[in-house]
Amino acid sequence: MAGKPKLYYSNGRGKMESIRWLLAAAGVEFEEQFIETKEDLEKLRNDGVLLFQQVPMVEMDGMKMVQTRAILSYLAAKYNLYGKDLKERAWIDMYVEGTTDLMDMIMHLPFYSAEMKEKNLALIIERARNRYFPVYEKALKDHGHDYLVGNKLSWADIHVLEAILMVEECKPDILSAFPLLQAFKGRISNIPTIKKFLQPGSQRKPPPDEKFIAKVKKIFNI
Amino acid sequence: MSGKPRLTYCNGRGRMEPVRWLLAAAGVEFEEKFLETREQLLKLIKDGDLLFEQVPLVEIDGMKMVQTRAILSYIAGKYNLYGKDLKERALIDMYVEGITDLMQMILMFPFSPPEAKEKNLASIAEKATKRYFPVFEKVLKQHGQDFLVGNRFSWADVQLLEAILAVEEKIPAVLSGFPQLQVFKTKMSNMPTIKKFLQPGSPRKPPPDEHYVASVMAIFK
Repeated sequence: MAGKPKLYYSNGRGKMESIRWLLAAAGVEFEEQFIETKEDLEKLRNDGVLLFQQVPMVEMDGMKMVQTRAILSYLAAKYNLYGKDLKERAWIDMYVEGTTDLMDMIMHLPFYSAEMKEKNLALIIERARNRYFPVYEKALKDHGHDYLVGNKLSWADIHVLEAILMVEECKPDILSAFPLLQAFKGRISNIPTIKKFLQPGSQRKPPPDEKFIAKVKKIFNI
Repeated sequence: MSGKPRLTYCNGRGRMEPVRWLLAAAGVEFEEKFLETREQLLKLIKDGDLLFEQVPLVEIDGMKMVQTRAILSYIAGKYNLYGKDLKERALIDMYVEGITDLMQMILMFPFSPPEAKEKNLASIAEKATKRYFPVFEKVLKQHGQDFLVGNRFSWADVQLLEAILAVEEKIPAVLSGFPQLQVFKTKMSNMPTIKKFLQPGSPRKPPPDEHYVASVMAIFK
């Protein structure tokens, strides 16, 4: 047993990317096994290693963990990125659920028809600008700290940075009305583990291209 | 301030029902404020009460909590329904997330167009009997204990019972291939706090009907 967590997923962002971010931010090295074909997925299912027949799956600490949120919560707690008590955890959970809703919209975008894509892209930008980013901007303004919760780096900061960068890929100037989030982005990006993850050659995956989308559709029967 | 948690949502199950279940199972009394019109929702948004402009909203311990999972995790943590350590919590989270995926199908069902309903119902039946229920049947069989995780009552047990009953409302014989789940259902239903919640007059909401669907569509557009 290597001791390093092992991630099972396709070779792209999808639902696994937030897990890669969190592990990287925590300074935890991990291995990856990529699902390239439908047969790869079938084999995992037949081997009985996927609790609900689905990926992401992460092998770590003697467990074969599935369900993205369960995996992320476990990692956050294990690596002390989940606040100091129940109330801080509640805030982190609330913030993270918000960014998850936003990032899910972006994740689904490439699977829509051209017409729906345009409509949903506009909705993503509207939501980022009017619903989600104002919340984080206000949180930073209200307490004046460097981090979103408890004056300490947490899962919420990592998730919000991931969301900011994803939305910027859709609309580069999305942060123009959010000065505190701009500063936040700079600060969190410069944390050594995160800086390393943002450099070429890391395990961070690129935005999905048509080739990847076609492969995913084939593997998962979408 | 009464000290009791206050739930703000429509007068129906939707995304708030698991919260009602968990509070009830923990023996916690709560108040409810029902949204009847779109204007009431817009007022809540305008007043800044909804972090992401959405309900469910649960006012608890000085916080205005939103996001169902965040609310449920907090309640589970506070009332010792979240296992004894990180690994038990991981198992509970995995189980709850799986069940939530199944419940999501049931949640969306009333809002699907009439021509899709038959297909969606078949999908719920298939997922329940092939993907989700077999997992919990096996878990219970393997450890032989009454509860899913750690030989102790947890959020996972509450969520699974809720799901079993919700699926049974659509597919009455759904547990016929699952003897362990049948026993589990009886045992959990007989736990005093849950038994009380299952009786008429409790805060438990009935299955969605056309009237509920129409009011939800009007409020949330």
